[in-house]
Amino acid sequence: MDKIHPSEITPERLYFSRRKFLAGLGLFAASTVITSACKLGGKEPGPGGFCDSAQAGATTDELGAGLTACNDIINYNNYYEFTLEKTGVAELARDFKTSPWTVEVGGLVKNPRSLTVDELIRKYAPEERIYRLRCVEAWSMVIPWLGFPLGKLLKDVVPDAKAKYVRFTGVHDPKNMPGQQDRYFPWPYIEGLRLDEAMHDLSILATGLYGKPLPVQDGAPIRLVVPWKYGFKSIKDIVRIDLVEDMPDSFWMSASPNEYGFYANVNPEVPHPRWSQSSERRIGEASRRPTLPFNGYGEQVAALYAGMDLRKFF
Amino acid sequence: MRFIRTHGLAVLAHLLALLPLMVLLWDFAQGQLTANPIREVQLRTGKQALLLLMASLACRPFYIITGIRQVLPLRRISGLYAFLYVSLHFLNFLVVDYRFDFPLIREDLFEKRYAVVGFAAFLVLLPLAVTATAGWMRRLGKNWKRLHRLVYLAAVLAIVHFLWQTKIDFRRPLVYGAILVLLLVIRIPAVSEAVSRPRRWLAKRQRGRSAEARPESRFYP
Repeated sequence: MDKIHPSEITPERLYFSRRKFLAGLGLFAASTVITSACKLGGKEPGPGGFCDSAQAGATTDELGAGLTACNDIINYNNYYEFTLEKTGVAELARDFKTSPWTVEVGGLVKNPRSLTVDELIRKYAPEERIYRLRCVEAWSMVIPWLGFPLGKLLKDVVPDAKAKYVRFTGVHDPKNMPGQQDRYFPWPYIEGLRLDEAMHDLSILATGLYGKPLPVQDGAPIRLVVPWKYGFKSIKDIVRIDLVEDMPDSFWMSASPNEYGFYANVNPEVPHPRWSQSSERRIGEASRRPTLPFNGYGEQVAALYAGMDLRKFF
Repeated sequence: MRFIRTHGLAVLAHLLALLPLMVLLWDFAQGQLTANPIREVQLRTGKQALLLLMASLACRPFYIITGIRQVLPLRRISGLYAFLYVSLHFLNFLVVDYRFDFPLIREDLFEKRYAVVGFAAFLVLLPLAVTATAGWMRRLGKNWKRLHRLVYLAAVLAIVHFLWQTKIDFRRPLVYGAILVLLLVIRIPAVSEAVSRPRRWLAKRQRGRSAEARPESRFYP
């Protein structure tokens, strides 16, 4: 394989497809056997079981849109720490250990704390929040998270007067996260919020979804959820939360400064430099939906940005 | 046996080019096109179109380097299949994804330069696909070759389309782009001359040798 001939490129891809096709045939044969065997037992094989006992307090969000199927939420993930392939994350994340897990909360605060996720859950009693999640790639979901307001935690550590921003750091574990072995990206994942955004009641730290602890592929054991911003702001697998004076440089700002800004508010009027944000595909639906300003949370959050040019502060 | 010798490569090319479509249909029937099937179809057909277009462009370089003439007819086969996948790609965008919602498409096109470039590539390929028949070849004469040089433009547009729609990891489109540059550079006469020199030298030497070993061949050619 030291020399790749250009004309070999297509055959390789086609061989791969053929292999997949043959694997498919094999799988078909195998699944026929298994399903007939299971019918005898009277039970369908479940995919990992997480969704078997999925539960949510409502079937729609406040706008009447149905929840995204549990199976889609746990099998369609952007999680570059594992892989760039959305459908490959679940498998690669399966054996990732998320317990014990400690979150350091520090920086410009009076009471820096080091808390395990169990302690956080006991202390802040996560509740269900059904939020729309709008990916910058123009697809979206409706997800019943379990979480607690980030502001509660921040109040307890007492930010200094100098603190203006909150910086979140994801775990750096290239040994167990194959995607982090790829030096193309500025690991670890960093995200940030302005302090007033972080204190807003809609901003939560999520520890579960569909009534159960978060699956690894969705950011276990603890992640941020800021529903009026593009999904990449909602950093997964948090290990550090720091109050800081200056605007943090996020993962996406470092990776591509011209295309991803600090605010990243969902805004149909402000396109990504290379694609439109005016509509989106809701996962599970066939037709496109118009994208709503602030992802439909404008009433609650638009005031945070009063007087700001949202084209400039994208 | 003769059929296999004369048509084997072409049959193989047809099968290989159709396989991804079969796999796509299979996965569709099985509901295995991820949680976002429209996007998955778009990604797969686009990738396949680009690969086949590059395969089509790789035939002549392959011939230049190896002297194997039999690959030349594969240009048309892969080119036409590339157009098939491009058409599916375009129809998936127009019909399935945007459902002929022209106001939305127009608005989106202004903000999606990659879509504009992709559409341009489709338009460039359209006359090439139409004139891919022997009849058109005859009718157009010399101009047929000129017209079909547009495939270089289509390939460049396709790479730009690929690059611009990429979210962040530009390595793959850049590798494709580099391969395309190679495939185009080999076509420069001086370069083809240079890369085919070892082959021609080898062939010449072989002829000389066999002539030495079997002098009678000189008498019974």
